[in-house]
Amino acid sequence: MKFFLFMVFAVALNFTTSAQQRYFAEKSKVSFYSDGVVEDITAVNEKVTSIFDAFKGDVAFLMSIKDFQFEKKLMQVHFNEKYMESEKYPKSTFQGKIVGFNSAEEGVQQVRAVGKLSIHGVTKDVDAIGTIEKNGSFLQVKSKFNVKLLDYNINVPQIVWKNIAQQVEVTIEFTYRQL
Amino acid sequence: MKKIILLFILLPFFANAQEDLLGELEKEKTKETDYTFATFKGTRLVNGHTIETKNAGSLEFIFQHRFGALDGGLYEMFGLDEAYVRLGLDYGITDNLSVSIGRNSADKIMDGYLKYKILKQSSGEKNMPFSITALGGAAYSISPKKDDEPEGFKSVDRLAYTGQLLIARKITSNLSLQLMPTFIHKNAVNKFAEKNDQIAIGFGGRLKVTKSVALTTEYYYRLDPPDNDLLASVGDEKRYNALGFGIDIETGGHVFQLVLTNTSSLTERTVITETNGDFFGGDIHLGFNVTRTFQLKKNK
Repeated sequence: MKFFLFMVFAVALNFTTSAQQRYFAEKSKVSFYSDGVVEDITAVNEKVTSIFDAFKGDVAFLMSIKDFQFEKKLMQVHFNEKYMESEKYPKSTFQGKIVGFNSAEEGVQQVRAVGKLSIHGVTKDVDAIGTIEKNGSFLQVKSKFNVKLLDYNINVPQIVWKNIAQQVEVTIEFTYRQL
Repeated sequence: MKKIILLFILLPFFANAQEDLLGELEKEKTKETDYTFATFKGTRLVNGHTIETKNAGSLEFIFQHRFGALDGGLYEMFGLDEAYVRLGLDYGITDNLSVSIGRNSADKIMDGYLKYKILKQSSGEKNMPFSITALGGAAYSISPKKDDEPEGFKSVDRLAYTGQLLIARKITSNLSLQLMPTFIHKNAVNKFAEKNDQIAIGFGGRLKVTKSVALTTEYYYRLDPPDNDLLASVGDEKRYNALGFGIDIETGGHVFQLVLTNTSSLTERTVITETNGDFFGGDIHLGFNVTRTFQLKKNK
């Protein structure tokens, strides 16, 4: 009986510790910037969902490609139809770990994210640096990294190549709240 | 026994593995409605309209051009000596409502349309198998000149109206089909041969060949056409159902449509009810529609 209680306690402990350390993204913003010859292109997605488990360091995010908003609506249609093929590959995801975050410490911390990024049906290992600012039960996560279009089989037709750089700069800004 | 304890301690770690975080996110995402986009590349299929309208704040300049019939022979340079043009502007007032004006060289017709998206094809939370756009238009003939008006001619006789329902489904990402029940009212007709109100059903579609190139076709079948012999007896030309084939090529803000059709006119009244060419008799006109879109107001 003693043994059984111990087991229950052990299991419960694990659940509670991890549950207490779970953060859910309240505000999210993933944007990309591409420096083109004719015009610079930016798009913003503010409908990204994300969970961060500070206890284990696990993090995941999920977004619909169609939620990227462009200044020019026609460009948005082309982005979805021609380059991202978002009917075939509607989502982009990331799952991995955040390394170097100390949940006991308030203020800004330098961290690293390591994991798998899926775009356009292709999954690649990525490694990015960023910051986490802890403010009570809120975490502000920021990161900036480059994505090479060819790594994800995103083919930009020759005829518009001038418009789209072969590499885009992705910026991530999440505000998490502890659950 | 110790192993079992260890297993229990570690169990939640396995159960809560990374995949679960993503799984949890996936579960929340499923409740959205996914609207179909880019059913057609442009606002025109071949001669007529598609369900597409312009987005809010974007202005499209459209230049449509038809040469003479290919069977004109070398004397007519296979139709290239003749040219009919429509210059137009389409503007998106909202994402669902757009307005268009244009000027046709044939018969000097000024035309205008309002186009409204009634239903949008979607899946997910809200399931809708079709997109439906309504089109209402008017066309005003500037020809004949005031001084050359025949006896009894009134200025209302210059007007004709078009009402159209455009019903389309994007079946796969490459194939879209469209049905176009159309009603046309002409204020002035030769009553002996032709009715004021005419109904036609259009069929059309597009097949994407590459990401930027698509093949299109369009056919307007008149349900109650005037009799060709009767038309001939009052000195009018024979009339046929309008048929057209096209290739759409899209580059950035431009859409080029290269077409082959049996009509040289570019507005509903004349395309649907007054096409004089017999496609299979060689009355084929080469033409193109070129559009350029300008974003006047930025998407929020």
